[in-house]
Amino acid sequence: MQTKPIALTILDVLSVISIGVATYFALVFAPTEQIMGQVQRVFYFHVGTAWVGMLGFIMAAVVGVIYLIKKDLKWDRIGVAAVEVSTMFFFITIALGSIWARPAWNTWWTWDPRLTTAAITELIYIAYFMLRAGIEDPEKRARFGAVYTLLGGISVPITFMAIRLFRTIHPVVVGNESAAAQGGFSMSGDMVTAMLVSFAAFTIIFIDLMWNRIRMGSLEEKVEQLKLKVSM
Amino acid sequence: MTNETNTTAIVQRPSFLKAVMAIVQKDLSAEFRSRELLSAMLVFSMLVILIFNFALELNIDVRRTVTAGVLWTTFAFAGTLGLNRSMAVEKDRGCMDGLLLAPVDRSAIFFGKAISNLAFMLIVEAIVIPLYALLYNETRIFQLEFLGVLLLGSIGYISVGTLLSAMSVQTRTRDVLLPILLFPVAVPVLLASVKASGGIIEGLPLNDILTPINLLIVYDIVFIAISFMVFDFVVEE
Amino acid sequence: MIEVKKLVKRFGLKTILRGLDFHVEPGEFVALLGPNGAGKTTFLRILASLSRPSLGTVHVAGYSLPNESAQVRARLGVVSHMPLLYPDLTAEENLEFYARMYGIMNAAPRITEVLGMVGLEARRKDLVRTFSRGMQQRLAIGRAIIHDPEVVLFDEPYTGLDQDASTMLDEVLRSVAAKGRTVVMTSHDLARAEDLATRFDILSRGVITASAKRSDFKNTNLLDFYKKALAG
Repeated sequence: MQTKPIALTILDVLSVISIGVATYFALVFAPTEQIMGQVQRVFYFHVGTAWVGMLGFIMAAVVGVIYLIKKDLKWDRIGVAAVEVSTMFFFITIALGSIWARPAWNTWWTWDPRLTTAAITELIYIAYFMLRAGIEDPEKRARFGAVYTLLGGISVPITFMAIRLFRTIHPVVVGNESAAAQGGFSMSGDMVTAMLVSFAAFTIIFIDLMWNRIRMGSLEEKVEQLKLKVSM
Repeated sequence: MTNETNTTAIVQRPSFLKAVMAIVQKDLSAEFRSRELLSAMLVFSMLVILIFNFALELNIDVRRTVTAGVLWTTFAFAGTLGLNRSMAVEKDRGCMDGLLLAPVDRSAIFFGKAISNLAFMLIVEAIVIPLYALLYNETRIFQLEFLGVLLLGSIGYISVGTLLSAMSVQTRTRDVLLPILLFPVAVPVLLASVKASGGIIEGLPLNDILTPINLLIVYDIVFIAISFMVFDFVVEE
Repeated sequence: MIEVKKLVKRFGLKTILRGLDFHVEPGEFVALLGPNGAGKTTFLRILASLSRPSLGTVHVAGYSLPNESAQVRARLGVVSHMPLLYPDLTAEENLEFYARMYGIMNAAPRITEVLGMVGLEARRKDLVRTFSRGMQQRLAIGRAIIHDPEVVLFDEPYTGLDQDASTMLDEVLRSVAAKGRTVVMTSHDLARAEDLATRFDILSRGVITASAKRSDFKNTNLLDFYKKALAG
């Protein structure tokens, strides 16, 4: 049994600290937004989780391609880890967005391009898990998973563009078309700092969770191997 | 039983195109004999339109805005039925192995199946659209642009659908899995098709619907290319 | 004609073939015998280019797998326990389709010849749907040799056949072999294999454990040999 690497333990601790720091910056450090008030603070975690969510999905598509070329199941474990962690973060993004939307847009949900794309993205990766669940052979499971994450990775941006062609009310925070959308706001310097801290914090947490999940995947495989040995 | 004498077969690897055409012709002649797949798709399409009639109260005002959506929803649902069946025929009797054993490129199998699937989809559309026009007195759907969008949309939908059906048919949950895999990935195609064909029905100038049409073309090219490249990985072992 | 060295096939963690060596001379008729789950079908699928070896080298008809699989496939016929036929096409149409897939020029006389050989000339215009299991299996053999392959693989060709159908199949198998083709057949029907094959190989736990020529059976018979090979 391999013991947990010390670096990973350190990263675990660092992740917990990151959550604390990001929370402090979002809830205390950042100034209260003038129009929306306190609820705007949800925004910092919202963009943080959205960032790592997307990071993971892109990563899954990339390691999917690598798996198809190299045929090494290690890449499949990374892919699954990325999709699992990101699906969770993306769900948090949507939930936090809803909390913000209630006062800002006066509704929990609207069929705005980003929200719709987010929902479709979640569905794609839920379908990914259903696809994997239906296949016994680990290599076939990895191959099909890789192909599907690749399709998803290409389809999501096209979906977003497609919906974006029609009007949106979602505020564009990064970029400069900002204030036109309903509920948009311009960020002060401290707000930008809080947002960057949140990005950094969630990136650390993401790496930590990925590492743990990949490690779990290889341990699972070892257990299977041992079981097989015992049964022979 | 006679013994094999000596008309030695002259064998050479068939060209890509010949292999594709052989598969298409095989699928079409089998289907025109049994009509299993087409009749299922057609009856199902009519039922969906019937249900929409109750669900949406398709009176004149509503129809103007939802015709494109109703038609595309119908074709998407009927399409999965056809895609599923067409691939199950290959899988169930081991015929997929038969195709894979032939000395042809794997992608010829993909294009062969995709073209037959597209043919089935277009046949269904060619029957459902006049029926819809008849039932709802909606003649604006007989426009060249509308049919062009129909073709572009069907191509995109079928190319991803053929790839995904080759995957879903190999899983334990095969019958339920295809729409779950296909619909979220095919959203851009459905969306752009609905927007473009809706615009045509409403009589918008071509300039206004150019964006969704361009999007359809981009989607078609990208997804045909991807499916072509990854089909090998879906059928190999 | 067939040269296999140190072949390993894994499905995920399960190893099916463990360093299998196998060699067949041109014109030999090898019966591959062994209990269920020994890896016979897996092995045949690898020879047929339908499955990739995990390790080891495989040469069929002078070409290596999986790199030169198109060349191998052009020289190879396969009959499995599934007929690989389209029920909604006639016998003739099925053969026509496969003739096109193998790029056979001027296929009509060849189709007539093959239909005659498998005793289905009278039924050439009938749908395969209406055929009995035995007739389907004979047509499947016709399909497999339509392109006059040098090597023919039979995977349990007798599965699901009654006595009469099996006897008829014997005759067809003999004439397939009579043309100097190299044949490998898996079977667990020892009596049938004993009648047909010129060599008997026992596959057990992923390797060939014993091999004997027909001429070796003077004082002993196949059943004893088989039992001994599995016991040892």
